[in-house]
Amino acid sequence: MSTLVERTWATLAPLTDPEIPVVSLRELGILREVAETADGVEVVITPTYTGCPAMGQIEDDVKACLAQAGISARVVTRLAPAWTTDWMSDTAKEKLRAYGIAPPGATRPAESVVQFVRRRPPPDEVACPRCGSIHTVVSSQFGSTACKALYKCLDCQEPFDYFKPY
Amino acid sequence: MNAPVDYLLHLADNAVVLGQRNAEWCGHGPILEEDIALANVSLDHIGQARLLYQLAAARMGGGASEDSLAYFRDETAFRNYTLLELPHHGPLVGYAASDRDYAVTIVRNFFYGALMVLVWDALTRSADADLAAIAAKSLKEARYHLHHAADWVVRLGDGTDESHARAQAAVDHLFRYTEEFWLPSPAETEAVASGIGVDVVSLRAAWDALVDETLAEATLSRPAVRGYVPEGKLGRHSEHLGYLLGEMQGLARAHPGATW
Ligand SMILES: [Zn+2]
Repeated sequence: MSTLVERTWATLAPLTDPEIPVVSLRELGILREVAETADGVEVVITPTYTGCPAMGQIEDDVKACLAQAGISARVVTRLAPAWTTDWMSDTAKEKLRAYGIAPPGATRPAESVVQFVRRRPPPDEVACPRCGSIHTVVSSQFGSTACKALYKCLDCQEPFDYFKPY
Repeated sequence: MNAPVDYLLHLADNAVVLGQRNAEWCGHGPILEEDIALANVSLDHIGQARLLYQLAAARMGGGASEDSLAYFRDETAFRNYTLLELPHHGPLVGYAASDRDYAVTIVRNFFYGALMVLVWDALTRSADADLAAIAAKSLKEARYHLHHAADWVVRLGDGTDESHARAQAAVDHLFRYTEEFWLPSPAETEAVASGIGVDVVSLRAAWDALVDETLAEATLSRPAVRGYVPEGKLGRHSEHLGYLLGEMQGLARAHPGATW
C-alpha cells in the first residue's frame, strides 16, 4: 500500500482532542480516512457534537501537523455516518477512565426517541473512575462540555465527568 | 434531492434564535450547573444552525455564507417559530419591569425539544441526503436537550408552591405559541411534497403524548388553546425578535468581514 498514506497516519498519531489530551483523534473516531490524491493526501474528519468548539482547533491541528511533516493535505469534514461514542476503542475508554472521566456506555440505536425521553432517570450504570463504585448519581446532564454529564460518587464522594453515549 | 432553501432557513433560524436566547443565561444561571447546561445546549443549537446555514449557502450560491445568513438578514427574512424569540418572562403591562424567569426558559425548551426529537428523527429519512446527515447528528443532541428540559419541568412543577405556580404560569403563557407548529408553511408543504421535509401534522399525536405525560408527572395542567396562531415561520414576528437580532448582529454589521 501507499507509504504516503501510512506516513500520514503515523504523523497524525500523536494528535489528541484539545479537551481530552490523553486520547488520540484516531482512538476517538474523529479521524476517519486517509487517501492518496494526485497532489498529496485527503484526510477525512467527522465532527463530534455539532457545536463542539474543539472541532476548529482539531482541523487546524491536522493541517499544521501535516504541513510541518511536508505532507500536502486537504482536510474534508464528513457528517455521515454520524459520529458515535461506540467508535471509541476499548483502549481509548480505558485511557479516559485513568484520566478521571467515566467512559461512555453503549448507545441503544434500536431505542425509539420516545422511549429515550421517557427513560428517567437514565438507567446507565456509571462506575466512579476513582474507586470503581457504581453507587453514583447524576448531578447535571451537562458537565464541563456538552459531551459530558456531571456525576458524583456516593462512596468516595468524588465528583466526576461521564462521557455520555452519543 | 435538494431541500427548498426556505425550509433549511426555517430549521436553521429556529436553532440560532433559541441558541442566542438561551445564551443570555450564560453567567446568570440560577445555579452553576444550569448555567453550564444551558450554555452547552446553546452551543449545540448554534452548531446545528451553522451546518444548516452552510448547506443553505452552498445551495444558494452568489456569495452567500453562514455569516451572511445569520448576520445580514433582517427580521422579516427570519423563519423561526415566534415561540423561540420570546423573552424569558411572561407578558408585561405598560412600563412594568421583569426579571428572567427560569420556568419560562425551561417550558419553552421542553415544548420545542419535544417537537425537535420527532422532527429530526423523521428527517433522518429525508430524500435530501445532506439534510438527513445533519438530522442524524442533531437528533442525538436534541434527545439530551429534551431530557434536560423534561427533568426540570417535573422538578419545578412538582416542587414548591412557588415553583409550581411559576411553571404553570409559563405553560399557560407559552402553550398558545405551539399552535404554530401544526400549520404548515408553504416551504414545509413544498418540502413534504418532494419527500424531503416532515409532515408536522403527522407528529402531533406523538408530541401531545410526550407533553401530556410530562405535564401530568409535573402535576401541571394543559391549558385550553385559543384561536391565535403565530406566524413567525412566515416572517411575521413579535416585537422581540428585532432586539434579539440587534444584539446578535450588531458586531458583524458594525465591522463587516472582521476576523480575530
Ligand atoms: Zn468513587
